[in-house]
Amino acid sequence: MEKFTGRVWVMGDDIDTDIIMPTEYLVFKTIGEMKPYAFSPLRPELAAQIQPGDIIVAGKNFGCGSSREQAPEVVKALGIKCVIAKSFARIFFRNAINNGLLLIENADLADDMKEGDEITVTVNEKIEYNGKDYPIVSLPDNLVEIIDAGGLVKAMRKRNGLED
Amino acid sequence: MGMTIAEKIIARAAKMESVKANDICTVELDYLMSNDGTTHITVDKYNSLKHPRIADVSKLVWIIDHNLPCDSVKTAASHKKMRDFARANGIKFYEGEGVCHQVMMENHVRPGQLIFGADSHTCAYGALGAFGTGVGNTDYLYAMVTGTSWVLVPETLRFNLHGQLPEGVYARDLILTIIGQISASGATYKAMEFGGEGLKTLDMAARMSICNLCVEAGAKTALMEVDEITMDYLKEHGREPAAVFAPDEDAVYSEVYDIDLSSIKPIVAKPHFVDNVCDAKDAAGIHIDEAFLGSCNNGRIEDLRVGAEIIKGRKVNPGVRFLVVPASRAVYEQAMKEGLMEIFMEAGAIVMNPNCSVCWGSCQGVIGEGETLISTGTRNFKGRAGHRESFVYLASAATVTASAIMGEIATADMIK
Amino acid sequence: MGHTMIEKIIAHNVGREVKPGDIVTVNSDYVMLDDIMMPFIVSKFKEMGFKKVWDPGKVVIICDHLVPASQVDDTRAYHISCDFAEEQGIGNLHRSDGICHQLMTEAGYVKPGHVVFGTDSHTTTYGCVGAFSTGIGYTEMAGILGTGQLWVRVPSTIKVNITGKLPENVMSKDIILRIIGDLTAAGATYKALEFTGDTVENMSVASRMTMTNMAIEAGAKCGLFAPDAKTAEYCGIELDEFQASLKGDEDAVYEAVMNYKAEDFVPVMAVPSNVDHVVPISELGDVNVDQVFLGSCTNGRLEDLMAAAEILKGKKIAPYVKMIVTPASRKVYKEALANGTLEILSAAGAIITHPSCGLCCGRTGGILTDGEVVVATNNRNFLGRMGTSKVNIYLASPKSAAASALAGKICSAEI
Repeated sequence: MEKFTGRVWVMGDDIDTDIIMPTEYLVFKTIGEMKPYAFSPLRPELAAQIQPGDIIVAGKNFGCGSSREQAPEVVKALGIKCVIAKSFARIFFRNAINNGLLLIENADLADDMKEGDEITVTVNEKIEYNGKDYPIVSLPDNLVEIIDAGGLVKAMRKRNGLED
Repeated sequence: MGMTIAEKIIARAAKMESVKANDICTVELDYLMSNDGTTHITVDKYNSLKHPRIADVSKLVWIIDHNLPCDSVKTAASHKKMRDFARANGIKFYEGEGVCHQVMMENHVRPGQLIFGADSHTCAYGALGAFGTGVGNTDYLYAMVTGTSWVLVPETLRFNLHGQLPEGVYARDLILTIIGQISASGATYKAMEFGGEGLKTLDMAARMSICNLCVEAGAKTALMEVDEITMDYLKEHGREPAAVFAPDEDAVYSEVYDIDLSSIKPIVAKPHFVDNVCDAKDAAGIHIDEAFLGSCNNGRIEDLRVGAEIIKGRKVNPGVRFLVVPASRAVYEQAMKEGLMEIFMEAGAIVMNPNCSVCWGSCQGVIGEGETLISTGTRNFKGRAGHRESFVYLASAATVTASAIMGEIATADMIK
Repeated sequence: MGHTMIEKIIAHNVGREVKPGDIVTVNSDYVMLDDIMMPFIVSKFKEMGFKKVWDPGKVVIICDHLVPASQVDDTRAYHISCDFAEEQGIGNLHRSDGICHQLMTEAGYVKPGHVVFGTDSHTTTYGCVGAFSTGIGYTEMAGILGTGQLWVRVPSTIKVNITGKLPENVMSKDIILRIIGDLTAAGATYKALEFTGDTVENMSVASRMTMTNMAIEAGAKCGLFAPDAKTAEYCGIELDEFQASLKGDEDAVYEAVMNYKAEDFVPVMAVPSNVDHVVPISELGDVNVDQVFLGSCTNGRLEDLMAAAEILKGKKIAPYVKMIVTPASRKVYKEALANGTLEILSAAGAIITHPSCGLCCGRTGGILTDGEVVVATNNRNFLGRMGTSKVNIYLASPKSAAASALAGKICSAEI
């Protein structure tokens, strides 16, 4: 099982897609141009502080709101290794999987978590923080297939004979 | 020695018997119009004064028309600053009522007045025999605080209009022809004065369209002789002249032009200058992405009637976004009553709320890289309507509407 | 064992019985693509190696977020939309006819029992005619364009049963806001909402649209109304046997049932900055209003405009308050023009724009600044949605919005 350790940014409940990526910046041609504005309505300084390998730990309903896929794409582009939340909004969940952004549901971690601390994640198994283990429920098979393929674009490219 | 209309209005405002060209006079202003293009800057400067005061608040008219409905947090903040200041100081304030110059014509301007506007197209007020001129916000602020300003009495170019415009030719074609003839700087610092029996064939809408565009020849102001048509308009809008001035017979003009209206043809101004004119037919066939019928130049009911008559029963070309933007709420409501909005909506046009729209090149109808717009707006400068690599042609309501139908520049008689 | 509505729709689509939790691959009856997502959809579509869309007749492209353009790059999405439609032979292209969710049913695409995906979260709207419709991202849309198919997990259903007669100034917006408040913003995540009872049976399709449109704000995958005679008339069809069967069976298994008495509803608003933070207007106190927005796919329909006009007729909105009216579609605009509604609204001082997403999508159409208060009839009041993060957005019904514009303060229509 893949295992990694990262520094944590803590967020609350109902982090919506307008917070993750405000509409104003959606017309930019690339995700790279949008990156500096991620989370700007809530924490304008955050995008610049996030380092590759960092982890977001949030409350319930992370990613609620719009279907804009720029939201998970920009989170991934910032280098966020995974988002752990009490729950995810469904469109965001699908979009994240399709882009290979790892999402983990856990009901308790957010309440215990202190921003800036490090956690260790063993994929599909557990999260370790402060000497305590937090279990991870594994994903349904069809989603594992998409992730294994490297995201939906790659899965479709395979289907269309463009990749092995 | 005789005086021109411009000289007479300045003499009145300066409380002098007479003035002549190139005199510098201290004048009292009748109105000070300002819009959301710059008013927030004026407010900032006002607030930085040591002893801020407003000389006569009843002369101030502030109008939000450029970015409406608001399109960014920046303009929203500017609007709020302007609105809050107007409210706190009891300044006459309009928001959502239309393009500033049209709102001024409908509600305030009277013949004989001297008016500063913090907008270059303030010269439009000459259609009502008022001396309107555009100023920057520092000049505006001085006038706001003191109630006065100084003006250099302009020399006057006299245009004697003869005959009548042919069917299908409009005031817009006339003024573009004149600007093409005298060039974009042909009237710099000067007043353009219009008279002659040909003027009587032009309605108020046509006169406003002509005076409005005179700044594109560099003019300080434009002025038309007041006649029954002017008086009827005033009466209809419940106002009286401040003073009616006709030029003296021995008035001194720096140049006199005689224009035969019957010789005017449909004209377009090509990118990127208003004086870069040609016969509309010579520009025919140029692909367009957007067409705009509106602005302080050609967004009046008369213009919408022209457009509606042409497009009735037809469709906007699928490759074109056709924006129809009435110049004011009064125009919009009249157009609704006459069924014009129904015609435009049925044809597939985009009908927006009265505002400056794409003439101002921000907020709505902005054109993108490589796109071409044909417009009844006032300017076709490079980048004026959006992307710096875009193209604007100026034309009459008729030519713009015909082009919207055809998907390329065309005059109304070319519609198949 | 009986079935819920969503189970019946999915079963019909896949040709076998399904139960909640099943993962199935469905065929799309229509897909809706909106302009702001088109550049990404097209680039993913090409990247995936597709050349042709699976069925051009089932693809609908709607330019509504960025027309007319407010920024110089906006027309790029417009051209990509038009060019892709031409390249793929997609005739269902709307360049300036109104908001996608209004057009999908109004223009005759979506019918009861259809399965529809759209690149916008408010795609849940089409449940108003008994279709399963839901929002997806642009990568999945690119995949569907190539294959016509998508996997879905069959959702469990929460039944919302409302009976009785609504008080006079309560609109369907007040109902759905209250339900979202009760469910919370995540309360229906992954689930279907099924609206039943004589109160909703007596509602117009337009009123039902307001509720399905906002189902997503409780996290729902879809919101559904059983198709009836009104649905058939609205869609211009006669319901076939399958469509007529689309209602939850008596012995269907629901995850939860919420029962409401219509008489208990009061005018409410969702207060800043969460849709599920719902408060009766009578408890909101003295709040000055800077702007009112009447429009959007939630409440920009003829009945919404007429409800506001009834309140504003012969009156003027409060000084220094702006009221922006953005009809949901060209058809709505024309109807409101023809029956005098727009004239009333304009005479009251409203600013009437061309049909589009307008202010709701937060790019133009009445953006606000720090400290300003807007009462809006659309579906989201998220932080920064309509300007800076210090704008206070209150979501309300058209009647409450009109009343607030008149008073210059937050209030409901009876005051």
